[in-house]
Amino acid sequence: MQQFFQALMAGLADGAIFASLALALVLIYKATEVINFAQGEMAMFTTYIAYALLTHPHFGHTLSYWPAFFMTLVIAFVFGVGLQRVVIKPLEKASVLTVVMATIALLVILNGLAAWIWSPELKFFPSPFPTSTWVIGGVHISKQDTGTFGVTLACVFVLWLFFRFTKLGLAMRAGAVNPVAARLLGVRTSWLLALGWGFAAVLGAVSGMMSAPTNFLSPSMMQAVLIFAFASAVLGGLESPVGAVAGGLGLGVLLSMLGTYVHPVTPELRLPVALLILLVVLLIKPAGLFGRVVVRRV
Amino acid sequence: MAPLLELKDVSARYGPVAALHGVSLTVDAGEIVAILGANGAGKTTTLRAVSGTVRRDGDVVFAGKRLGRMGPEGTARAGIAHVPEGRGIFAELTVWENLRMGAYMRRGRPNFSTVLEYFPWLDARRNQQAGTLSGGEQQMLALARAFLQRPRLLMLDEPSLGLAPLVTREVFRVVSDLNHKEGLAVLVVEQNAAIALGAAQRAYVLETGNVALSGTAEQLKSDDAVRSAYLGY
Repeated sequence: MQQFFQALMAGLADGAIFASLALALVLIYKATEVINFAQGEMAMFTTYIAYALLTHPHFGHTLSYWPAFFMTLVIAFVFGVGLQRVVIKPLEKASVLTVVMATIALLVILNGLAAWIWSPELKFFPSPFPTSTWVIGGVHISKQDTGTFGVTLACVFVLWLFFRFTKLGLAMRAGAVNPVAARLLGVRTSWLLALGWGFAAVLGAVSGMMSAPTNFLSPSMMQAVLIFAFASAVLGGLESPVGAVAGGLGLGVLLSMLGTYVHPVTPELRLPVALLILLVVLLIKPAGLFGRVVVRRV
Repeated sequence: MAPLLELKDVSARYGPVAALHGVSLTVDAGEIVAILGANGAGKTTTLRAVSGTVRRDGDVVFAGKRLGRMGPEGTARAGIAHVPEGRGIFAELTVWENLRMGAYMRRGRPNFSTVLEYFPWLDARRNQQAGTLSGGEQQMLALARAFLQRPRLLMLDEPSLGLAPLVTREVFRVVSDLNHKEGLAVLVVEQNAAIALGAAQRAYVLETGNVALSGTAEQLKSDDAVRSAYLGY
């Protein structure tokens, strides 16, 4: 029992990190059919910015955790919007493949830039949560895992509220379904795409900052997470935001359970197992668990 | 009085293929004007050239102002609603969300009461996914959404496409209604010449990207060439 709940909470915490990065991927994919390969490195880069805010004195003092956290989200948003305007917008009329190549270039550039600015060695990144546990009915529940899960899902929830209840959120959904029709209604879709990149960068920053305390800060810290996020997004169906979150949480819990109960699944095997799941999903249900096969009436 | 919309020698191309060779036409305020013609005559391209969904050469003047290369969102903001071929509804969104998108450019809470007077059935279907509506209902939804834009000119591209004759008649009845009661000017592209000439005051006939004929609906209905080519009697 104890073992099960520990594995479950650890899985949900990991899963929430996958889920937010997966959601970032889906956000951009749904609007433009582009897989943003730089999503992980954008998250890494913004986590370094959080690190800089936490450790380097600015105007004479360093920030404490939560002010630094929220400031990083704001910076990430501006960063995401800026990248879309500078790198992606000029490729508006180019093919999807060209844009994907640009995101791969962005991946390499951001990775190199982070190593150059902050050095490639591992750094300790603080956690806002204590390492202690709650004991509920004899079961130890990690505050770290619960906090990670809670903060990440809270951010996802706020984003959901935005998409569901605001006019701008509605316009972004409409623009993703039918961009030409949205423009004919007066929607400036080009700016909404930039907004989408901003939100994706914010989600990435959350997943980066939540994963850094356990995985340490390094220029390659998000590369494995990005693959887990891909697997989560494909698992849920690349077009489905709900699917991305469910896929992320499901994958996190599954990997944690396998690691706990199936002896040969050591941490080294997590990535291969995730990729195996990815393959199996693509073979059996290519549209993903929450995706729909697109049928067009002719 | 100057016309509401004036196209002066407008041409447009899709890559190397020219689709319009210098089309000139006008729409007056409060008027319904039809554009007739066979497939590939350039009817759809004419509307696209106005709304900026295709690159155009030549001048388009709307309400006394020359429309620059502002793209579809700019044209919409200038007061032209374009219901494109295939209706352009957001299939994954609900009926109500589609309507809210119609009022996207307006500040504050949109007022849906007028639109519900013309399309009362929309109220009961508000939470239905728009993609699950029938073709005729989707066309009506597109009309309602365009009306919520509060345009001065409504451009409709083949509203009869894929609809049963009775439904087509109903669509044109609502269009005429909006024209009479709201004074909305309409530029409608249609293959079904009989129904379009029934609703319109004037019409243009396009052939291979040029205006071949124009006149009042009555003149065109009695024109022998139009009768044999488009009306079939």
